[in-house]
Amino acid sequence: MATDRELTATVPVRSAPKRRSLGRLLTRNMRSVIGALVLVLIFASAIFADWLAPYPPNRQNLRNRLQPPSAEHILGTDNFGRDVLSRIIHGGRVSLSIGFISVGIALAIGGLMGLLAGFYGGTLDSVISGIVDVLLALPAFLLALAIVAALGPSIVNVMIAVGIANIPSFARIVRSAVLTVREMEYVAAAHAIGSRDGRVMARHVIPNALGPVIVQVSLSLAGAILAAAGLSFLGMGAQPPTAEWGSMLNAARPYIRDAQWTVTFPGLAIVVTVLALNLVGDGLRDALDPRRLQAE
Amino acid sequence: MFKYILRRLLLVIPVLLGVSVVVFGIMFLTPGDPAVMMLGEAAPQAEVEALRARLGLDQPPHVQYVRWLGRMVQLDLGRSIRSSRPVTAEIGQRLLPTIELAVLATLLAVAVGVPLGVVSATRRNSIIDHVATVLAFVGLAMPVFWQGLMMIILFTVTLEWLPASGRFGGWQYYVMPVVTLGTSAIASITRMTRSTMLDTLTQDYVRTARSKGLRRQRVVYAHALRNALIPVITVVGLQFGGLLSGAVITETIFAWPGVGRLAVESINSRDMPVIQGVVMVFAVMYALVNLLTDVFYAYLDPRLRTRYS
Repeated sequence: MATDRELTATVPVRSAPKRRSLGRLLTRNMRSVIGALVLVLIFASAIFADWLAPYPPNRQNLRNRLQPPSAEHILGTDNFGRDVLSRIIHGGRVSLSIGFISVGIALAIGGLMGLLAGFYGGTLDSVISGIVDVLLALPAFLLALAIVAALGPSIVNVMIAVGIANIPSFARIVRSAVLTVREMEYVAAAHAIGSRDGRVMARHVIPNALGPVIVQVSLSLAGAILAAAGLSFLGMGAQPPTAEWGSMLNAARPYIRDAQWTVTFPGLAIVVTVLALNLVGDGLRDALDPRRLQAE
Repeated sequence: MFKYILRRLLLVIPVLLGVSVVVFGIMFLTPGDPAVMMLGEAAPQAEVEALRARLGLDQPPHVQYVRWLGRMVQLDLGRSIRSSRPVTAEIGQRLLPTIELAVLATLLAVAVGVPLGVVSATRRNSIIDHVATVLAFVGLAMPVFWQGLMMIILFTVTLEWLPASGRFGGWQYYVMPVVTLGTSAIASITRMTRSTMLDTLTQDYVRTARSKGLRRQRVVYAHALRNALIPVITVVGLQFGGLLSGAVITETIFAWPGVGRLAVESINSRDMPVIQGVVMVFAVMYALVNLLTDVFYAYLDPRLRTRYS
């Protein structure tokens, strides 16, 4: 590391552009602050579901079927007499886990593909970009649908399918970020002092290419939650009696005429979560990409 | 221009070949023997073996793929396990309603999204701009299936204005499916138009036009909008993929007799030949729309055209 410092020390220090702190920029953007607060509430309710939910999510009470919202059941009961609020709170756990794990899969595989393609270029880049083009030729939800159709309906398979469907967007974003970073002087300097490729990637390329990836993670989370709920709504994700927002909606469909609360509230949970994630993602994009901020 | 189109057309072929490998691969890895599925669990082993041989299922994967691809190029997608009818007939019958739905939703999205984006940009921070921004955020966050159900509750159950399912019988049947499918596209197009309009409104040529004393209307529509629309067209093309995905859910909710609903029905009955066919048809449609988008883009942007001529 000493050599690293000596090298940079010989470069005349220019007055660095004023760095705005992430926090201040986010505060300037009220929309994303509200989004972040809502998100914290949703995460907290998912984590502490066992304590927060007034009833166990799967406790049936057939004498209490399809009751409208009341003091006893704030959001009413479903066709098995289960408390809708409790099921939404527990469903958040499932929906958020699916979102995080599938984005994790996409980030790990897509990110690695993008990193290798961008860093090494040449044939490897052509091959990886070819694969990405093929995956992009199918709309993401259809790709996920086809994969679940093949693997069979289950939560794990939905995670895998949505994860694979999100690989191309991560591969593309990481590749283009790495392409920019690769040309930087500090990367050339690191190569010049004899750093190995792995070290250059880990210490210089990845940290500096992280900005757009963070934005993509928050926006992909929103997309993944929507896609997973959509698959569950079609009966290809979470299976009864698991409480999951999309499958709750699917189960409530036959009662749309008489028990609208069973349809309304689980969907509202999805809208609020996705909205909050999008607001945070947008705020992060503005904060991490100053050019966009100037354009606005 | 012709050279550009030809080049772009040739680029579609390897991508579609790749898609065919993915589609074949997915179905090949599917657990369960198609021959057993067609004959039923109780079928004698000899009969299953005979069918496997007849369908070529006893061949190695690459041989099966090449045969499958060869048939597909001749528009022979096999027979549906559920109905025993040719897959092309099954899909052909369902294609028009889906195209209808997707085209109408696209038109709606452009008709609403572009003007709304222009007004948002020209009257920045006005009430209209704030309302449009909020609507766009909500539109992007709303799942298609929930929006469809909410519209049924409002327009069918409560107001009794619109029918909740089916396609034949007049324009009323189109309103909810088209609006449901088009909403997220409206939201994307509004946001994209707004941000590109804001960009172009600060360009030199817009300032020049203004300083020439041209009327504001003319500057906004003839100078700024024309240039702002170019990136918007790309978004319209990309949205089409989302529309095809959305069609699967929209058609299921409103009992619309399209390809999307066919996909769900065949997944539920594990009718693999139909699923393969639907995915390939969607991929081809998506590729064609993106091709058209690119060609249109090149037509509008002379810089792209000259690069290839």
